[in-house]
Order: sequence, then C-alpha cells, then structure tokens
Amino acid sequence: MKLILSITVNGTARQDAVADNMLLIDYLRDIVGLTGTKMGCDGGECGACTVLVDGKPRHSCLALAQACGSTHVESIEALADHSRLSRLQAAFHEKLGAQCGICTPGMVMAAEGLLRHNPSPSEEEIREGLGANICRCTGYVKIIEAVQAASAP
Amino acid sequence: MSDIVQPSHPIGQRVPMIDGPDKLTGRARYTADLPAIGALSGKILRSTAGHAEIVSIDTSAAKSMPGVIAIVTGDDCDKTYGVLPVAMNEYPLARERVRYRGEPVAAVAAVDDATALAALTRIKVTYRELPAYYTAQEAIAADAIALHEKRPGNVERQTEFDLGEVDAGFAEADLVREDTYHCAEICQVQIETHAALADYDVERDQLTVHCSTQVPFYVHLMLSRCLDMPKGRIHVVKPHVGGGFGCRTETLNVELICAMLARKAGGAVRIVLTREETFITHRGRPETHIRMKVGLKKDGRITAVECESLQRGGGYSGYGIVTNLYSGSLLYALYDIKSVRYTGTRALTNTPPCGAMRGHGTVNIRFAFEALLDTMASELGLDPFAVRRANLLKAPTFTENDLMVKSYGLPECLDWVEEASGWQKRKGTLPPGRGLGMACSHYVSGASKPVHWTGEPHAVVNLKLDFDGAIVLLTGAAEIGQGSSTVLAQCVAEVMGLDMSRIRVVASDSRVTPKDNGSYSSRVTFMVGNAAIEAAENLKQIMVEAAAKKLDAQPQDIECLGEVYRAASQDRGIDYEAVVSAALEDTGTITTKGTFSTIPESHGGKKYRGAAIGGTMGFSYAAQVVEVTVDPDTADIKIEKVWVAHDCGYALNPLTVEGQVQGSVWMGMGQAMSEETRFHNGMPIAANMLDYRVPTIVESPDIEVKIVESVDPNGPFGAKEAGEGSLSGFPGAVANAVADALGVRVTELPITPDRLMAAIEAYEKEQRVRQTAGAA
Repeated sequence: MKLILSITVNGTARQDAVADNMLLIDYLRDIVGLTGTKMGCDGGECGACTVLVDGKPRHSCLALAQACGSTHVESIEALADHSRLSRLQAAFHEKLGAQCGICTPGMVMAAEGLLRHNPSPSEEEIREGLGANICRCTGYVKIIEAVQAASAP
Repeated sequence: MSDIVQPSHPIGQRVPMIDGPDKLTGRARYTADLPAIGALSGKILRSTAGHAEIVSIDTSAAKSMPGVIAIVTGDDCDKTYGVLPVAMNEYPLARERVRYRGEPVAAVAAVDDATALAALTRIKVTYRELPAYYTAQEAIAADAIALHEKRPGNVERQTEFDLGEVDAGFAEADLVREDTYHCAEICQVQIETHAALADYDVERDQLTVHCSTQVPFYVHLMLSRCLDMPKGRIHVVKPHVGGGFGCRTETLNVELICAMLARKAGGAVRIVLTREETFITHRGRPETHIRMKVGLKKDGRITAVECESLQRGGGYSGYGIVTNLYSGSLLYALYDIKSVRYTGTRALTNTPPCGAMRGHGTVNIRFAFEALLDTMASELGLDPFAVRRANLLKAPTFTENDLMVKSYGLPECLDWVEEASGWQKRKGTLPPGRGLGMACSHYVSGASKPVHWTGEPHAVVNLKLDFDGAIVLLTGAAEIGQGSSTVLAQCVAEVMGLDMSRIRVVASDSRVTPKDNGSYSSRVTFMVGNAAIEAAENLKQIMVEAAAKKLDAQPQDIECLGEVYRAASQDRGIDYEAVVSAALEDTGTITTKGTFSTIPESHGGKKYRGAAIGGTMGFSYAAQVVEVTVDPDTADIKIEKVWVAHDCGYALNPLTVEGQVQGSVWMGMGQAMSEETRFHNGMPIAANMLDYRVPTIVESPDIEVKIVESVDPNGPFGAKEAGEGSLSGFPGAVANAVADALGVRVTELPITPDRLMAAIEAYEKEQRVRQTAGAA
C-alpha cells in the first residue's frame, strides 16, 4: 500500500507516495532519481548503500523508506557544493581513496558520519567507523589516508 | 623571454584519476544507474540440479501472466559462446543439459521486478538427474560420465612439458623435497554485481548493449554470434564499471540473455544480478591441488622443479586451457631455473565455471613454490633472501621455455623489503607467536599473443583535434577503476607537453572508439599506452609542421613547449591555439592514429603445445615481507604489516601504481587468510560477502609500497605492469611468516584458524611422539 512519505532529502523537503515495503535505497534511486547510492549485495553485506539519516550512517538497503519519515536523509549527491568537492571528497580524490568508485559513495558517507561525530579520529577509530563498508580495490590503505587527510588537524 | 612557457610533464607525477570527481559525487553512472525509461526488468531462472538432462520446460503459465512481455529458453539460441575459439561450449541458456546448480535455463522480461520474479516461479522445468561431480577427483575418475561429449574423461586438456634435464637436476641436488598444497576456490567479489542494459530497435534491426564488462569487444563478438546479427548492427558501450579482477574478462551469460530478451520483447531490458547470482556466475580462481618438488644445492641454487597441478574448472571450458598453461609456463621467468617438468590437469566439474582471476594461473603455483623453497631453505640453514639471490636471472635473457625478459628489478625489490622490514636484525629474534616471512612473484604485461589472433595490432588509439583545441583521445581500453583512461591521457599530454586538462578521453564505445581487446592480463598500460604515445607523436608532428609554416621555419627547427611552439630560443613563438588553427587551415578536423604490436621474440616458444602462453613484452617483479602475530590458543593470525617492492619498469603515475600494488597484496591476503567459495552437493553455501569472508578494513594491515624502476626498453616511457604481480607473493609470504612464528607449516589456503589449529595439533602430537621415541 502506498502512503505519503514526508522526508527531507539532501536539504529539500519532499512528499511522495511510497509503498510501505519500499526500501530507502529504492526510494532514493527510483523515485528521487539519486543513483549515486549503490547496491552491492543482497542486503547488509557491503555498505555501498550507506547514507546519513539524521546525521548517522545507515545502510539504505536495510531501512524502509517509510521508517525514515520526518528524518533528514543525506546521500553522496549532497556533499559537494554543486561541483566543488567537499574537503572529504577532495581528500578521497587526491589520495586515491576511490579506484573503481562503486563502494565510494557509501564509504564517503560512512566517513562523513564519522567525522561529524569525531572530527579527529585515530586510525583505530577510522577502522571501526568504516568497518561495515567493503572495498575490493584499495586494500583500504589509501582510504585511511584520505580520512586522515580530511580530519581536523 | 625568460618566463617562457615550460612543457607539462604529467608522466611520473602523482596524478589523481581523471574520473575521480564523477565517482566522488555520485555522478558516475554504472550500468544499473543508466536512465532507461520504460526498460523492462529481466530475471533469470536457474537450474536447481547440479547435473541433469532437461526433459521439458513449460513456460505457458508464465507467458500468460499480465505484465510478462518476453520469455527465452535454450530453444531461443543454439549457438555456443566462449572466450577461446577452440573451447566454446557454453550456451547463453542451457540446452538439453545443465552442468551446475544455478546455470541459467530460462529468462523473463516483465514490466517490473516483482512480475518478472513471480513469472519465474510459474516456469516448470523437469530434470532427469545425472551423476554429478563436485570435485576434480570425482570428475576424472574412470567411471565418471562425461559432462561434454568432446571432453572425454572430463579433462579440459592436459598440459605437459619437460624442459632441461629434470632428472639429472634432482640427481645433482643436495636436497630434494616434495610436498602437496591445496588452494580453495575463490571469487573476485567486485562490488558492482553484473548488469546489462540491452535495447533492441525493431524498426532498424539494431541492438545497443551497455554492460559491466572488462572486454566490450569480446562481448560484441559473442552478441553477434549468439544472436546471429551482423556486428555492424550491434553497438556495445561500457559505462563505469565497479571492479573486475578478471570476473568480466569474457562474455557472460547475463549480457547475452539480456540481449535475447530485448530482441524478443522488441525494446529495452535491464538485468541487474543479485550478489548471489554474481557469485554463481563466478569466473574466479579454481580450487587447485598441487604437488611440488624442488631440488636445491647447498648454496641455494635450484637444480630442478617438478610440478603437478589439478584444477577444478567448473561446468564449462572458459579460459581453462590458458589458466592451466600459465600455471606451468610462469614457473619460469621469476628465477633462473633451467629444468622444469610440469603436468597440469584441468577437470570439468558440476560447479560454476572458473575464469581468469587477477594473477591468472600463477597464484596457487607461486604459493606452493615459495612455501616449499622456504621450507627447504630452513632445512639447509639458508636465509630465504640468500636462496632467492642465488637464483636471479640476468636480463636481457630468454628462459628455457623461450619467455623474453628484457628488464629485471627483482634484486632491488629484495634489497628494499629486506632493509625496510629490518629482516636481518629482527628475523629469529621476535617474541614467540610473532614471525616474518617473505616471497617473490611476477606477472606479464599483457599476453603477446591474444586469444583472438587476427594479425591486427594489439592496440589502436585515435586522437581527434578540432577547432576548440581539445585533444579527444579515443580508446577501446576498458576503464574498470584501474586508471587506464588517466594513464592514457598522461601519455598523450606528456608527448604534447600539454596540461592534462587539454585531453578528453572517450573510452569503450564501439561506435566511436577503436577496437581493443580489453582490460585483462595487465595489457593496457603497456600496449595501449605505447599506441597512445605513437598517436600523440603523429599529432605533434602535424602541429610542428603547421608551426613551421606559420613561423617560416623548417620543421626540424621547431621546438614544442606544449602551450607554445617556437623556432629558436629567442623566439616568442606562437601559442598552441594559433598552431591548432594553422594546422586545421588546410585539412579541417585532424585525426591521428597510433598502434602497438608485440615483437615476435616476445611470443613465447614452440617447445610444447601452448608454449605461447606466458609470452609477454615485459614481466613485472615483486618481493614482499609479511609480519604476523599468531595467538597460539585461538590460532588467530593478525597481519601486522606488509612491505612490498614492485618493479613496474617506470611509474607513469606513482599514486595509482601504489594503489594497484596495495590492492593486489590485499587481494592476495583475502585468498590466503579467509576467502573461500563453498558448496554443499553443488549448492553454493557462501554466496554472500559475509560467509565468503571478504576482509574488512578492521583486519587489513598497513601495506608499505616501494616502487622499483627497472625501465623496460619496450615499455611506454619504460613502464610495465603494476596491477597483478604483487598478488601471488602474499600467500607464500604469510605461510612462511606463520611457520616462522610457530614452527608450524600450513599447506592449505586459506589459512583459517581451523586449519592452523589442526596443523598446530598435528605438530604438537608429532613433537610428543618424537620426545617419547627419544626418551625410549
């Protein structure tokens, strides 16, 4: 059954008729048209779909869209100031934190959530903060360097 | 003028990837992201039997469902496909027989996912079960029935060679040891699941396919073959691809099925596989049993090698023969070894087909070899580094199996990892449970003879220069995240002396880009890079001639500074845009071309059937040291640190070279420590990332990279491969580190706590028996 979902996506308040069993990722990709959020697994394995819900990282493949009513959902598309990369995105770019780029939106959003909560994380805290996000290209070394480069001095 | 423009030199610089901003902002579109309003959803029905005859497929109930637009089965295509012209034995949808659980038998295109999935449940398939063989040993047993008529005994092809004087070599050795090793099957687990979007235009009989492939050209060939359509009516585009690692180096059934559905539906169909289906599509590294025998002199010189390998290939041939041949041929070209006897058997089994996973054919064999060498070094009281140094090649040379080695940075790799890890000071002095291990490895920079031999150059690059001054680089090379578009842009910018912002790369669109064999066997930088350099040199020549005319000078007197062309050092010259205008005056839009062909000496030999496999223009070399801590109570292994040195000839982009080397080492770590596809009666039981055990960031170590530059005489600016060679060293190095830490040697991959604990218990039992015997 479709219900009206009132939600803020990347700073814009929206109301959409959304099925009660629709996942947040499908809502973002198919209804809002934000395909930056990726699906890499059959649910809860890889973290590629990570978005921020009220500032906290969440797997959008494990959340029902209707359960996110009245929240602020932020996806990778929200981070850049139009085409200008955020400090975190620029760090991922310059340090080669992204290779094939498919885990990148989720990885960057998980790191964004971490840094908002803890602007100067230790290496250990970075590993914990990104522990639910799988990358197959980098071996994670340059991802850690990127998050460190974007951390507050 | 003192403030004269200097040419740009992007080669050798740490250049971030040119498509990075797209990936970081969510703008990069992968196949599942492409806008396709009205595209139908395609879903695949898969075999529930491991090995069976298909008695009947009844699609009538599914067909009559509202919203179901097209259904295809094996009846819709009687053409086989496959990557090797000599071994095409797979159908897009099974015909008459299924050979592994999960093999596609039918597919539906419907208005949405739910309808398509519901329709699959209404298709009735009747199977007559046949004996199924889930291991290589069962499949090649004398009483087994053949999976394929043309593969009696379920052997893909046995590969054999016996070069040098193997028996004499063992006779002259001071120590001969033989051991068996076992490597579990692994899978690439690239994060983007397989996907295709096919659009068939009924009015014009044209097909456009976007798909997540490393080899758009091979997909094009197989689409033409299986759909019986002229190649010119097919258009293949590779959008952004979320990782490959060899899982997409051949046409996959998903691309063919999607196109079949689109043609039958008369419109657009998209298939996005689940993670489980992506595991089942497989094309990973085969389970391999290895018997390795080595002869050593007291000084560490290797006198002879004998190796037998048995691979579980899966239900179809795929790259099978090639995997088998690489396993044998690349016993050579790392060390100076004359005498090798190799027997490789590839079995056809009722499991998903294996493929050309990163480090194709070399990884399991290298693990066995490096582990055995370490065991024997310790028995002879030799340092593992000394044993390697006793067996170094001297480049340039040809190996006993005729592989060409033109540059060889292994000695420098060894020196660096030894020094950086503190090996000489620390080895043997570490606390209990802590250990250091090392190993070496190598890999080809592209196969000198491609699987589709046409006589054409290996690579073609086109450059287009027009009124706007932008240089459009057209290449078929498949950017899959490894940075191929970036490195090609660097090559052109370097030759032209221009900033990279002048270069625009258009890649992998069959309507506009020149044919390319694709991204596999680390061929792109070496082959396509050389073609890009030649195309840029041809363009620069045109620019120089135009500038000469404009400046009333001779072309040989013109100096190109990138943004300025001048006739003499005192001359202010004319700027780039003016030279472009001058060059366009007579001809209009300019296109130049560069090509690359391998030299015959690099094609490998003819001493045995298949000896061309392994032949390459240049080998990369790597050495690594791994440090571990092992908890003796839980057998849990922590990788503390990896030091790796990789000889990539010349680092065109040190940033991406480091990224490739770290990724390779880490992927080797996954195989060595935890990854394993597992089956129960042919049913995949680990077809998700958690059960399969992909390492997370939490258990992944720091990997310190040293780039060694041997400057290959044929490489683009001296470069060789960087993205595979370091992988195969890790499993051996970590096994050696565990042996150093505990005195216990594990000969099976992955070295899980279970396997290590079993080895510890066996070792302790043996010690007790020895002590008791000693006391008696």
